[in-house]
Amino acid sequence: MSTETEFSTIGKRVTKPDARDKATGRALYATDLVVPRMLYGKILRSKQIHAKIKNIDTSRAQRLPGVICVITAEDTPKIAYGFGKDNLPLKFGKVRSLMDEVAAVAARTPEIAAEALELIEVEYEPLREVTDPFEALKEDAPLIHEQRADNLSMVFDYVHGNIDQGLDESDHLVEGRFDVQFIAHSCLGPCASIAEWQTDGTLLMKTPTQVPFLYQRDMADVLGIAGSQVCVEQPYIGGGFGSKLDLYPYEVIAALLAKKAARPVKIEYDRQEEFLYSPVRSPMVMDVKTGCTKDGQLTVRVADIWSDNGAYNSWGAVTPLVSMQTASALYRVPHVHFYCRIIYTNNPYGGAMRGFGNPELTFAIEQQIEELAEICGMDPLEFRLLNANQPGETNLAGMKITTCGLSDCLNKSAEEVDYKKRMTEVGSDRGVGIASAIHVGGGARIYPSDGCGVIVRINDFGKVSIISGSTEIGQGSDTILTQIVAEELGVPVDWINVVNTDTDVRPWDVGVHASRTTFIAGNAALKAAREVKEKILETAAEILKEKPGKLTIKNGEIISIENPEKKLPLGKAIRSKHFRQGGSVISGEYYYDPPTVHQDKEWRGNISATYGFGAHAVDVEVDRETGKIKVHKVAAAHDVGRVINPVGAEGQVHGGVAMGLGYALTEQIQLDSGRMLNPNFTDYKIPTTMDIPEVVPIFVETNDPEGPFGAKGMGEITMVPTAAAIANAVYNATGVRIKSLPITPEKVLNALKAKEQK
Amino acid sequence: MTYPIELTINGEFIKLDIPANWRLIDVLRRDLSMTGTHEGCGEGDCGACTVLVNGQAVSSCLMLAVEANGCEIQTIEGLADGDILHPIQEAFIEVGAIQCGFCTPGMIMTSKALLDKHADPSEEVIRRTLAGNLCRCTGYEKIVSAVKAVSSKLLNQTDSIAE
Repeated sequence: MSTETEFSTIGKRVTKPDARDKATGRALYATDLVVPRMLYGKILRSKQIHAKIKNIDTSRAQRLPGVICVITAEDTPKIAYGFGKDNLPLKFGKVRSLMDEVAAVAARTPEIAAEALELIEVEYEPLREVTDPFEALKEDAPLIHEQRADNLSMVFDYVHGNIDQGLDESDHLVEGRFDVQFIAHSCLGPCASIAEWQTDGTLLMKTPTQVPFLYQRDMADVLGIAGSQVCVEQPYIGGGFGSKLDLYPYEVIAALLAKKAARPVKIEYDRQEEFLYSPVRSPMVMDVKTGCTKDGQLTVRVADIWSDNGAYNSWGAVTPLVSMQTASALYRVPHVHFYCRIIYTNNPYGGAMRGFGNPELTFAIEQQIEELAEICGMDPLEFRLLNANQPGETNLAGMKITTCGLSDCLNKSAEEVDYKKRMTEVGSDRGVGIASAIHVGGGARIYPSDGCGVIVRINDFGKVSIISGSTEIGQGSDTILTQIVAEELGVPVDWINVVNTDTDVRPWDVGVHASRTTFIAGNAALKAAREVKEKILETAAEILKEKPGKLTIKNGEIISIENPEKKLPLGKAIRSKHFRQGGSVISGEYYYDPPTVHQDKEWRGNISATYGFGAHAVDVEVDRETGKIKVHKVAAAHDVGRVINPVGAEGQVHGGVAMGLGYALTEQIQLDSGRMLNPNFTDYKIPTTMDIPEVVPIFVETNDPEGPFGAKGMGEITMVPTAAAIANAVYNATGVRIKSLPITPEKVLNALKAKEQK
Repeated sequence: MTYPIELTINGEFIKLDIPANWRLIDVLRRDLSMTGTHEGCGEGDCGACTVLVNGQAVSSCLMLAVEANGCEIQTIEGLADGDILHPIQEAFIEVGAIQCGFCTPGMIMTSKALLDKHADPSEEVIRRTLAGNLCRCTGYEKIVSAVKAVSSKLLNQTDSIAE
């Protein structure tokens, strides 16, 4: 018997609990917050891309009426922080990029703070700059960090299988260089933080971080205080997409200014600052080689990558952690070599962004799949189905594929654009293309724990509070947790409230990243709710003189399963447990840490409890006169385990596809010697309503045994295959293969011209 | 240098002395603590700060406050009638047009300006009208659907009144 029909809220179109605040203008974002006695902080950035700081004179700024304090690195503990411990909140001795923070001011108004920045005089001694990652690796390249031997920040390198054997077994081999660009997260809500030191010496940060508990520790370390002295409160967050996965200098500077001024300090970015001083998605150059047998079985894959890290290591530096899974696990490949260099340059530094290294390498791999299919004379869809991941397999990287709906995703998305028929039509300027994706869907063990704690408590009116470590960034995780708890407890969703207070109240969580919240926090919420339910039924059993196992809760009422006449209002059972000597609070808690392991030294290990799969099939039209690409349709099929909330799931697909379209066609940070030339929405083009084609979300439900009600994570994978599918469709339409993102009209025209000249 | 101005904001008459260089959004956010109007870019590119000035959708970051002297301003805070939400707000919530929500007030105000003038705009017109309101989360699909849903709802109401 199918259980699906029995669900009361799982799979239903439940509206977001935060939507009412957001639709009425009541939702408060960090930019909206003002606290009593608050000062406004502003940061002076480097005017030099690479230079020694000879002297900083802040005396004129200090004297400006309304300025409360001015700080430079000299006023700080100078503790390096960040993933590579290579960054100081205020730079000391030298600057390495135009993002670099040199001095900061706290003043009574933002206008005075801005005026004060103009009065700070910095004397630089310019150094030779390097903004090309290939140049940066040369022996005579200027060093970004002098204490290091070279500009190679890190290398990710593994061989799984035997490359020589793989090459020997290949009847066909394709090789090519692919490159992907710098892009910006472009969250609509600009960054803002308020730092306030409490009288007990605790620092309270009101800040839009995606990782409140890691932030707590990082902030404590960089200030030289205890983790217990940092409390993080998250206002509504105006977009994340990975951009808020790290602690950033502006937040530390707010804390430092607040300490010195002994008053709360707010630092807020305008749009230009948001573009210029936020971390970016790092560009990569990828030399990729793929082989197959004459009947289309993949034999070998080699990915040799150069990633422009910029001047400091933030999460951008470890994006290969995900690219390497793309290399190992996008289709079944017996022999894989992955090599990626993270290279310091004087460019803006990279952060985490949706997909995290996956759309990058998928762009290359999925084009080579098509090249091989063509050489083999096979339909690219058939070629993919032949090599598609299957349930029950463990690959050489140790990734255990449990549930897998990739073949279904491929077939269903292809059908939606009539792929099989249209693929073979030549000569028109319309074309179809397809690309697949795999991404973690059951957490990602990067930290010692990949867990999340949830406390569920119910008061004597039956109101349920979910106190979760997880973070809502708009993606709808609070709705998902509400539905999961409602389903398990048998209460209506509107009895439930998700408590989003501070890190002193909420249990620990790694953060909102790696598409993990539905899966990880969802499992924790489910099990915490189960404990609450057991407690309630135990008490109800006493009152109803029934065995607890014979009782259940439906629509907020306790009923006997065998004798539905026998019932008890929920509140009555709860009050009976509360109001007695020796009574107890009705609450449940659970810390869910998935059954996964860290990768070993050879980068093997099952880091996710399950994996998500997807395929995008697109229909495009290319104008041969202008080179312009019009995308008519994107059919986006995703194996999400189970759809907990169709509205949220569709929203992730629509949003991910839109971001994928921007990545594919229009978005690019234009840099000239490390300086961004287009720091505004006129020149940096994210898609608008006019750019979005028909998008058809298709869900494949594989009911994952480890997922809450069978669900997997799905936030990131929705943008992963879009660019590759579009590139393949452009080839189908025109016969030219564009291996560089974004696929601009200029690149298309040049390729068409080159093809004609052949 | 400050200037005296008089505005009607969401039906309330307000007299203020404001710095000459303040924009309408500064008056709303800084002076009146009406933070429902969001500043996404300050350059008129993103539409997050859209309010209605005499019924017209305007980027409040591009209008000097003194220019708004004597005008009737509607903001997101004035749309609901007490606890009863405006049909556009209802539709945005029901359809799922809201994710991070930062663009939402601007989207709703632009949609209101449109629906006040055209009860039944085509999808093409809806998309054109909202082209100046950027959203990074939703891919716009559900926002457009929400506006369509309101327009058909409004039409049905008009029909039933006519009957």
